[in-house]
Amino acid sequence: MVKEIERFGLPVVHVCTVVPISMTVGANRIVPAVAIPHPFGNPALDVKEEKALRRKLVEKAMKALQTEIETQTVIE
Amino acid sequence: MKLELGKVFIEDVQFGESTHLDGRILVIDHAELLEAVSGDEHLWKIRVDLAHPGESVRITPVKDVIEPRVKVKGHGGIFPGMLSKVDTVGNGRTHAMKNVAVVTAGKVVGFQEGIIDMSGIGADYTPFSKTHNVVITAEPKAGIKPHDHEAALRTLGLKAAAYLGQAVKDVEPDEIKTYETLAPREAAQLYPELPRVGYVYMLQTQGLLHDTYVYGVDAKKIVPTIMYPTEIMDGAIVSGNCVSACDKNPTYVHLNNPIIEDLYEEHGKTLNFMGVIITNENVTLADKERSSNWTAKLTEFLGLDGAIVSQEGFGNPDTDLIMNCRKIEEKGIKTVIVTDEYAGRDGASQSLADADPKANAVITNGNANEVIVLPPMNRLIGTTAYVDSCAGGFDGSLRSDGSIEVEIQAITGATNETGFVHLSADAY
Amino acid sequence: MAKKKVVHYLNQFFAGIGGEEKADMPPELREGVIGPGMALNTALGEEAEIVATIVCGDSYFNENPEISKQKILEMIKPFEPDLFLAGPAFNAGRYGVACATVAWLVQEELKIPALTGMYIENPGADLFRKAVYIVETGNSAATMRKAVPGMVSLAKKLLHGEPIGLPAEEGYIPRGIRRNVFKEERGSRRAVNMLLAKLKGDDYQTEYAMPDFDRVPPADAVGDLSHLKIALVTSGGIVPKTNPDRVESSSASKFGKYSIEGVEDLTAEEYETAHGGYDPVYANEDPDRVMPLDVLRDMEREGIIGHIHEFFYSTVGNGTSVGNSRAFGIRIGKELREAGVDAVLLTST
Repeated sequence: MVKEIERFGLPVVHVCTVVPISMTVGANRIVPAVAIPHPFGNPALDVKEEKALRRKLVEKAMKALQTEIETQTVIE
Repeated sequence: MKLELGKVFIEDVQFGESTHLDGRILVIDHAELLEAVSGDEHLWKIRVDLAHPGESVRITPVKDVIEPRVKVKGHGGIFPGMLSKVDTVGNGRTHAMKNVAVVTAGKVVGFQEGIIDMSGIGADYTPFSKTHNVVITAEPKAGIKPHDHEAALRTLGLKAAAYLGQAVKDVEPDEIKTYETLAPREAAQLYPELPRVGYVYMLQTQGLLHDTYVYGVDAKKIVPTIMYPTEIMDGAIVSGNCVSACDKNPTYVHLNNPIIEDLYEEHGKTLNFMGVIITNENVTLADKERSSNWTAKLTEFLGLDGAIVSQEGFGNPDTDLIMNCRKIEEKGIKTVIVTDEYAGRDGASQSLADADPKANAVITNGNANEVIVLPPMNRLIGTTAYVDSCAGGFDGSLRSDGSIEVEIQAITGATNETGFVHLSADAY
Repeated sequence: MAKKKVVHYLNQFFAGIGGEEKADMPPELREGVIGPGMALNTALGEEAEIVATIVCGDSYFNENPEISKQKILEMIKPFEPDLFLAGPAFNAGRYGVACATVAWLVQEELKIPALTGMYIENPGADLFRKAVYIVETGNSAATMRKAVPGMVSLAKKLLHGEPIGLPAEEGYIPRGIRRNVFKEERGSRRAVNMLLAKLKGDDYQTEYAMPDFDRVPPADAVGDLSHLKIALVTSGGIVPKTNPDRVESSSASKFGKYSIEGVEDLTAEEYETAHGGYDPVYANEDPDRVMPLDVLRDMEREGIIGHIHEFFYSTVGNGTSVGNSRAFGIRIGKELREAGVDAVLLTST
């Protein structure tokens, strides 16, 4: 899916937990997520902390969209 | 252009009084042969040995292998531009001495010379274990430059083949095959219902002793051009190559190019064989782009529907192969490419240095990195001093008992990329 | 003669322990045979038996790979098995990755032959086909009866150290290992035959398949986000409550497109996940954990991001075929392009 969208010239950042699968399916900008059932959260944290964590991850994803890359890249 | 190729099938080779055929036995006057090939200021200690199929003999380092041929009728002589004048050859009649090969060997020229075993497992991998080999070894004189050494040894082999070829000049051949190719316009009209097919013949031309000669011209200095296939049967293309033994084209293979033979076999039946486009494998990107643009242009120019493209060597020529394939396919002309693989000793690496989805019809002549152990042989022609350092060899290749552990890359003709042999590779 | 020993690996589901709610269970060792192990054990017959089964939750394995690997190896070692079997995993992505990873690990670390089975499109197959024997199975557990004989026949060959034949003969997914072979016809003749077939439009088999190039060159990076329109796409199955388009929980055949105009936050009251491949509790509690709309709205308000595209797209990645995913991507990409979207955040579980 990610590959086909990018084919239209739109940069896609793929935020996911199982990075090797993302590599296999051909995503170019990959940002590792927290966990499979809650990629953008952590139920162990309180609401405020969890949102701060999510904010950080989203910022990282936005940063990835602004990063020039040559080939598939995992942006930590 | 029409050539009758008369084949004389030789059953044995022996030394004797004068060089002639005794029935189907080739008798060689040892002294006269030496006389015919000597005279080069760069070489000395020239000797001639015979090696027969099935014997416990190892020949190494092998430089070139050449089939003796002689021009009987028609323009020019054999190996034009090298031994004979530069007349355009390929018409009339030529006689070929089958089952015999001149093999040049001796002190290594380019560190990439090969091995021919006449028996044992190694014999299965080289086509030249099935020929009676007249092996000529020569030592370079001190201080000789490598390219002078190469040229001297190359000429020596051609002279020997031409000399031996004389012995079948006046013999009635056992078989005569007629090959004819017309100029494009007539050729297209001849079988209008059959697909028009050409052969793109890539020649190794990387310089530094990786060279091929066409009518005496160093092929790295040519732009791609069109040839009648029969010109090549008369020795218009000659090897000056000291690259990996497994996938270089010895002069023997140029003379007997199997893609040309097999396309002629189908000519007029299932396809219309229009001719050969020769091209090179040069070292700069601009050269690669120009040559591949030209091959594609010439396939279009000939009005082809399909083309077979064969490679010589490996590594950056993989790029030439893929460029040729892609650009010809982009003209709407269907291709099959013929190559070999360097997939690592375990066969797990990527086989080619370059790739393209348009290369969807590939013939492979095997993985050159596969390792085998060649058993000790009773007799050695040449020297095993270079086995560890030749392409395909490694430190410790030569064992104390005389056996050799090498990649098949070191075996002359093992993965020849004109499809001269039966070796291939499967995906497991 | 003593029977040879086999250790088997299963996930929580095939071990009969539970579904996604149990997917976070750490590795456990069970003596003897469980679930699909029964059929495998029967087919192994007199030659070998499954002496132990290791069960591990799919989420646990994929989220804690290092601990899982270490624990699983420690569990297997004492049995000194002659063979290790994992799965079959069919088209379960995380299970497939786990099976293949463990099989590879056992083969490399313990030097014990290992084998697994799965559907060819399982990401586990893509990741490990070169390294381990993976028997090709159907895409769902309904094909278990067909999968067992294939796995067992290859297992027996591995147990005996017999040479393994071509992928098509043995039923495993091609590993891409190149092995030399002498063919009946010389190369030039095969080339002529292939060209004739290609010219006629007949079937032919290339002797060397080009490596997979289906990679898309990265799109250019975007500049200042404050003028740009960002779209949200997820394979985590986030949908309006009650799943109006009935996006399937696995092997999705469709995707949903939903307006988030005026939506500030994805709440448990309004949204849920349709995904059947992971524990849905966390996503249902707060769907922002899968698709972080709340944070993006904050950033939009703060002027960091221009705006969020009016629609989001959602499907379920679980077991969905490559073909379907491609088709979804093409349609979504086209719509986004036409809507003037500048960049895409795609989230997966």
